Amino acid sequence: MASVEFQNISKTFGAFVAVPDISFQIADGEFICLLGPSGCGKTTSLRMIAGLETPSSGRVMIGGRDVTYLHPKDRGISMVFQDYALYPHMNIADNIAYPLKVRGEAETKRHARAKDVADVLKIGDLLKRLPSQISGGQQQRTSLARALVYPSEVYLFDEPLSNLDAKLRLEARGFLNHLQRDMGMTAVYVTHDQAEAMALATRIAVMDKGRIVQFAPPIEIYRRPATTFVANFVGNPPMNLVPVEASVGDGALHLRADGLQVAPIELTDAVAKAARSGKMTLGVRPEHLRIAGATDHNILSGELFANENMGPESLVTLERGDNGRVTARIFTDDEIKVGTSVHLAFDARHVTLFDDTGARIPAADER
Amino acid sequence: MQKTQNIFVRRAIFAAAATFLGTVFALPLVWFVFAPFNARAELGLAIPSPFTLSNFATVFQNTFAMQALLNSLIQAAGGVVLVGGAATLAAYALSRSPIPGKGAVTYILLLFSSVVSGSAAMVPIFLIISAAGLIDTHLAVILVFAGGLLPTAMFILRDFIDAIPRSYEESAMVAGASPLQAFFDVALPVIRPGIVVVVVWAFVNIWGSFLIPFILLRSDKLMPASVAIYSFYSEAGTPIVTLLAAYSLIYSLPVIALYLFVNWKFGFRFFGGIKS
Amino acid sequence: MKKFSLLSTRAGALFLAPATALVGVFVIVPFFWVIFVSFTNRTLLGRTAVDPDFVGLQNYFALFNPATFFTRGQFGFSLILTIQFVLLSALIGQALLGLLLAWLSQTVTPTLKSFLQTAVIAAWILPEVVIGFAWFAFLDYDNGTLNMILRGLGLPPGDWLLQQPFWVIVFFNTWRGAAFSMMLFNSAFQSIPPSYFQAADVAGATSWQKLRDIALPLIRGHVVTDLILITMWTFNVFTPFLLTHGGPSYRTEILSIYTYRIAFKDFEFGKGAAVGVVIMLINLAFALVYLRLAHKKPVEAE
Ligand SMILES: Nc1ncnc2c1ncn2[C@@H]1O[C@H](COP(=O)(O)OP(=O)(O)O)[C@@H](O)[C@H]1O
Ligand SMILES: [Mg+2]
Repeated sequence: MASVEFQNISKTFGAFVAVPDISFQIADGEFICLLGPSGCGKTTSLRMIAGLETPSSGRVMIGGRDVTYLHPKDRGISMVFQDYALYPHMNIADNIAYPLKVRGEAETKRHARAKDVADVLKIGDLLKRLPSQISGGQQQRTSLARALVYPSEVYLFDEPLSNLDAKLRLEARGFLNHLQRDMGMTAVYVTHDQAEAMALATRIAVMDKGRIVQFAPPIEIYRRPATTFVANFVGNPPMNLVPVEASVGDGALHLRADGLQVAPIELTDAVAKAARSGKMTLGVRPEHLRIAGATDHNILSGELFANENMGPESLVTLERGDNGRVTARIFTDDEIKVGTSVHLAFDARHVTLFDDTGARIPAADER
Repeated sequence: MQKTQNIFVRRAIFAAAATFLGTVFALPLVWFVFAPFNARAELGLAIPSPFTLSNFATVFQNTFAMQALLNSLIQAAGGVVLVGGAATLAAYALSRSPIPGKGAVTYILLLFSSVVSGSAAMVPIFLIISAAGLIDTHLAVILVFAGGLLPTAMFILRDFIDAIPRSYEESAMVAGASPLQAFFDVALPVIRPGIVVVVVWAFVNIWGSFLIPFILLRSDKLMPASVAIYSFYSEAGTPIVTLLAAYSLIYSLPVIALYLFVNWKFGFRFFGGIKS
Repeated sequence: MKKFSLLSTRAGALFLAPATALVGVFVIVPFFWVIFVSFTNRTLLGRTAVDPDFVGLQNYFALFNPATFFTRGQFGFSLILTIQFVLLSALIGQALLGLLLAWLSQTVTPTLKSFLQTAVIAAWILPEVVIGFAWFAFLDYDNGTLNMILRGLGLPPGDWLLQQPFWVIVFFNTWRGAAFSMMLFNSAFQSIPPSYFQAADVAGATSWQKLRDIALPLIRGHVVTDLILITMWTFNVFTPFLLTHGGPSYRTEILSIYTYRIAFKDFEFGKGAAVGVVIMLINLAFALVYLRLAHKKPVEAE
């Protein structure tokens, strides 16, 4: 296992800049998720680690070694592809053992090893089949087995679960999680599914338009999203973002918006600075909202738009006039009629504030 | 009621039209189905009585005729090996390597290959082969066919390879394979159906063609079946129908077999421009 | 500082080398050589075989000489004959018949469909000399299948190869080549989602209306591809030679056969080359149109 480092990497395709300038370091044994919407440059970044794309500038280091221009075969890496890339003319055993074959292992030895790995992944009795003769979930595990069959410095995954149905995806995610804790592998895992990233990663790099906007452990990303983009991307349903007018008076910050009541907020230097523009965004997560009366201190009010009962919880969405919708995750079975007026209360400590550029304003207790 | 009746009538008309056209297409070939088995076959249509294989026996005893089939095989096989091999390599390079200007190369080749047809180029091809001292050799026929069929073969295969995900070779390389290993272990087996189609197509083309060997060959012992078949004429210039019919059938069998094979294997998926 | 690729530029060049050499020598060199030879009085035998003279445009003047241009057995006659041949047997014969065959194939029962397709495709795949003999027998005056049927129907038989040689090669080429158009249109029709036709069925459209209003507009690209390809092939086809040898008295001598006669019967390579150049120019015009259209929208049969 080894560390991975990007030093001022950029990548352009013709005139199109896919990755403007990225630098990061991944320590040995970390499981990193590259998370972001489609087209933000995740795959391109991953392929530069693999050597399948050459950076336009910058350096890629694996285990302290400059591999920027090294052929993929010489990097000591494994990769699981989104389409699995199983060879249609080889049976499952030969598919799994192919990396050992190119390493010159004898047939009996490599098939024994392939069988061991296949058994762990519960595909041990499919070894004689062709890829076209097994299910999607089994194909996914075969491609995983092919990546695990030989020792690697770094394991790379490009949306490996995106072609599975929801149930299989959860199962495979659990397995990968177990594997990571078990092996302590260094891994870079590309996904656009925030739940997958939250569940698997030791750290998440949230990407937007070829840049890393936040690189932090999942809980940090969740609690202190660096920007409104991250706040909106992580969490399901995402954080409610309410544009507010900000003003300073009586040594505190006052926020105003239709259907919003919020107690004055402690004024720190950062808050005071951000308040100068007069515009902020108030963020509060759906799970931090609860149904309350009109008299609470901090409330968002509006008419009920939808009430979706999900079993353990309900998603209550209300509409604040023309000013957008707010969703709450509430553990209740109460029937509320569409159109009735509803108040959702929250605690001041659960409020996240963003300045007019969308960057998070540090809270009073952070230094 | 009126409507269902209409549909019924329409169906009947369509079926009748299809039967008629199918029959019209089959008619010129009906003679060719019966005559080989008729010891007294003439140009007229007649059910063989008795049904006999004696015509075939005569053909098999004719060493010149059998040699001609062998010559056809040599020329077709040689051409196919060249076309299959060179087209596969070239198409792979055009699809996978970053050679500059390969779009232009593709375009120019396609243009030339459609402009330089057999009828337009027979004079210079004859002159080139003469200059190379290859007149009246198998190699002449093989080379000329290889050159003529290659552009189309390359385009068919390039389309085919372009449609194959690059992740096959990429995954092999990440797993430790060299570019050549990735090509032979992974890419080539995946491309194989495309190669088979191209090879069959080239074989049928060379096997069946008349003009090129007719121009480039002189001696009897090199003639392919397509030219040698003209020796089944009597001194007076009238065809020896019995032998001709049997020989034609034998000569057609590989083509029919290959067609059935491709049809069975690939459902006769066919590519635009497959016949030159 | 080389960029990664699945096949390096150098390996790619090596992979391309054999094909480039073969195509270069047998396609590209002939292209230029035929132009060169067309300006000489090269022959097969005699002094001018080894040491031809440069004669400028003389061969072309001979071809386009207005005094003999339209005479039978001369270039102009052959050119006009070829144009008629292409119009009748390719554009009208093969394309229309192919369209009809493909459309019928969509509607009839599977058994009938495979009978129809087998017959049409057999005409296309069998070796040309075999087809030539089959037609020779088919058209035989005394015993041929065609005259047998005509007599059976009480119609007068004919010695078609002598009386109507041009129409024989037109029908022959239509019959021989219709399979390509049929298969191209087959795959074109199959690329149309069945729901389009079902919606029309629900609305009560007839088969003709479905063809005209739904299918044809959707396969316009395929139609253009088909027309250009079969035009180019028919324009260059040599197969009628096997049936008529260009005769009787040049009445079926299309350009490919004319070139053959000039070059390899009369041994006038220079003049034969000049005909080749004219053929190539006409091919070039079609090819450019085709590549333009294909470039815009790749319409390849699946
Ligand atoms: N080979 C390429 N040529 C041109 N553009 C590319 C190429 N590969 C990726 N891109 C572009 O770069 C951007 C990032 O692509 P990618 O890394 O695949 O995104 P992601 O994996 O995050 O969805 C996209 O806009 C994509 O269109
Ligand atoms: Mg991607």
